[in-house]
Amino acid sequence: MTSADRAVRFIVNGDPVELEVPGMRRLLDVLREDLGLTGTKEGCGEGECGACSVLVDGAVVDSCLVPICQVDGHAVRTVEGLAIAGQLDPLQAAFLETGGAQCGICTPGMLMAARALLDAGGETTDEAINEAIAGNLCRCTGYTKIVEAIAQAAATERA
Amino acid sequence: MVPAPLRREGPEKLTGTARYTDDLVFPGAWYGATIRSTEPHARLLGFDLDPGFDWSRVIVLTAIDIPGQNVVSLIADDQPALAAEEIRHHAEPVALLAAADRETLREAKKRIRPRTEALPPVFDPLASEQVFAHYEVVRGDAAAVMAGADVVIEGTYRTGHQEQLYIENQAMIAVPRPDGGIEIHGSMQCPYYVHNALKRALAIDDVRTAVIQEETGGGFGGKEEYPSMIAIHAALLAQRVGKPVRMIYDRHEDLAATTKRHPAIVTYRSGVTREGRLVAQDIEIVLDGGAYSTLSPVVLSRATLHAGGPYLCENVAIRSRVVATNTPPNGAFRGFGAPQVQFAAETQVNRAAEALGISPYELRRLWAYREGDTTPTGQVLRESVGALEVLERAAEASEFERVRARRAEDRKAHAADPRVSTASGIGMALAWHGAGFTGSGEKKLASMVSLELSVDGGVRILSASTEMGQGTRTIFPQLVAAELGIPIEDVGIAPPDTSLVPDSGPTVASRTAMVVGGLLVTAASRLREEVEARTGRPFAESYRGDASLHGPTRVDERFSPYPGVEWDDASFRGDAYPCYGWACAVAEVDVDLDTGEVHVRSVVSADDVGRVIHPVLAEGQVEGGTLQAVGYATIEEIKLEKGRYLNDRLATYLIPTALDAPRITAILVEKPFSGSPHGAKGVGELPMDVAAPAVVAAIHDATGAWIHELPATPERVVAALAGRAVQANTRP
Repeated sequence: MTSADRAVRFIVNGDPVELEVPGMRRLLDVLREDLGLTGTKEGCGEGECGACSVLVDGAVVDSCLVPICQVDGHAVRTVEGLAIAGQLDPLQAAFLETGGAQCGICTPGMLMAARALLDAGGETTDEAINEAIAGNLCRCTGYTKIVEAIAQAAATERA
Repeated sequence: MVPAPLRREGPEKLTGTARYTDDLVFPGAWYGATIRSTEPHARLLGFDLDPGFDWSRVIVLTAIDIPGQNVVSLIADDQPALAAEEIRHHAEPVALLAAADRETLREAKKRIRPRTEALPPVFDPLASEQVFAHYEVVRGDAAAVMAGADVVIEGTYRTGHQEQLYIENQAMIAVPRPDGGIEIHGSMQCPYYVHNALKRALAIDDVRTAVIQEETGGGFGGKEEYPSMIAIHAALLAQRVGKPVRMIYDRHEDLAATTKRHPAIVTYRSGVTREGRLVAQDIEIVLDGGAYSTLSPVVLSRATLHAGGPYLCENVAIRSRVVATNTPPNGAFRGFGAPQVQFAAETQVNRAAEALGISPYELRRLWAYREGDTTPTGQVLRESVGALEVLERAAEASEFERVRARRAEDRKAHAADPRVSTASGIGMALAWHGAGFTGSGEKKLASMVSLELSVDGGVRILSASTEMGQGTRTIFPQLVAAELGIPIEDVGIAPPDTSLVPDSGPTVASRTAMVVGGLLVTAASRLREEVEARTGRPFAESYRGDASLHGPTRVDERFSPYPGVEWDDASFRGDAYPCYGWACAVAEVDVDLDTGEVHVRSVVSADDVGRVIHPVLAEGQVEGGTLQAVGYATIEEIKLEKGRYLNDRLATYLIPTALDAPRITAILVEKPFSGSPHGAKGVGELPMDVAAPAVVAAIHDATGAWIHELPATPERVVAALAGRAVQANTRP
């Protein structure tokens, strides 16, 4: 611990975490390197691609742009927190079935953006889905099967 | 029919447990960095190291520290791993650094400076005198027939750089081994390319070199050749440090330094009779290779062979060259020279249709190849010609003729209405794409796969073909399981590790499903026959017993040339490809007449892929390739200043988001290829060839303006609307 380090307490995927880290350390690095949660990816490091999207108190953020001090006292949810006891979340199941994941590198961020949309309980028209994932770049799918997967998961969750 | 299996590594990718290179932990690993030139052309005199910095904490390597040959092994040996005396492009690697922590490395990067003396650069490919490769195709007498043609359509078409923009940046980790060897873990398409490059640069043998492809977050050609460079860099540092060294590019470095699609200038003349027959084509292609040849000679040969488009023409003259400029080297990108020339070819066809007053659909029906037709290199298209079928299927699904007529009426009705500021249009393009390696490529590669039946009754595939999202790891077990008649879960696949798997050739050129998949089907059928000969019972019922009784069985299957396919490199004539894929796209666009902004509303893409192995994965290829082509057509552009990419960040190099994406309809058409046991022809690159010219045709349909240069940015569209663009040059 250096003088710049500070204690940060927050919740990750339901579990409390306490760390001594520099306050300006990126949430992305804390997740990947300090907590070993490498499901969250870095694509650009400047908030353009959304590969590092996670939820903070349910809202989608680019974890490459969030200093850890801002997370103090809040709840973070990452892709590792979606499946429960090996049971895929409806979004994950729908992505698997429809072909929404190809190379998979945008997938964790994409899933979290979709999770926020579904949790918000609003409309899940194609337009609403496109809007919700507009901050998450995918170079493999043309988004077609991603949108299909999210719509399918929304239907499953409503049922 | 057995339903197509789910993506094999899907659960890992969806739960975040799939391990990409940057996710791997190697205790004690150091961090590596590349010092790059800031000039496009210069003599490298040496390096200035800030004496105020503690260099004992940092490893610094330059060209003289390379134990083997200072070359990134590929086609020509012109590209050094580190520039030695001459810098030939901006962002060229000149030195390597490694440190135990990122902060030290970051600081060290600021304290070292190459000492250089500027040399005059060449940026204009038309002014370049250094030619990497050139080809010529001649059929009939294009000049004489052109002179007598009723209508001659002329145009010069330009396309710029395009970045592959895989979302996972280039990443490589080198781990030194106690025997002096090196182990590479990285993001790559072609483990054996990396393997060969390492052996030469490090002067080490096969046994002491292992290259392991980790989960790879997209490639699109961008991880075909450049990973060899990074692997050499990481390995040099790791050997010196004696610890693992991580070289994980950030997006800025990846954009600034790695290969892009070749910019092209295509000058095209098409001679047509009044009745609408295509009688002559005269085509000149110039590709900008950048500073080193990389894969340019083969990109150019593919460009040359596709330049005429999928149309019968008795008089053809094609001249092509790829030249050097002092810009970062260009390389492989999905389509590999074909998208550039088919943008030109298809715009020519659409302009010919306009000049003749014929529907672009009908004109293509007249011109498109049929079975039995002969290509400009003398290849007789004996089978698997899906040109007409994809054309008809795409036209039908998009209601091309009806929508086209309706748009024309709408425009007529609103022609005088100043309140109308948006115009809608529909456009079409047709293309072919040679399946597998060009010419004698597959023969030279002589790819191999192996199939193992182990003592415990497990069946395992051994192949160097990589998974990068396209589905290799799913379709290979699927093909083998189907041939053996056993459940797909019972077929394993070895990791692409060069110490385990044979060289199946590179994962490029849409060749994985067709060529390597074909080898696996043949290997599986041999394994089945061998076991059944021993047991006298069907494989599925007897293989486990056979394995425990007889011991392991291994089948090695090496590529043997497709029957009747002959190509002569010297004369550049013969069967350029064993067969072709065919694709037709129909795009609908809205053009803002004030701002020039183009919104692509929908694209229908019909693709003849031979035999569909896995519908979901094949559609995924068509949809993804289509959107990359829409990006190429509308927004993706690299600006250069003095040989440096100006927009080398994701904030400035834009690719389509979900909001930009059109509604994409993929239609899979099956015209099987008899040369591969399963009939597949490949799918990856096909859709990339057609969507861009279809978008440009739709812009013309909407506005009456032709776009001659990609992308059709608002600036170019506004200029074209104002009549400032090059006009069609028609006679009489």
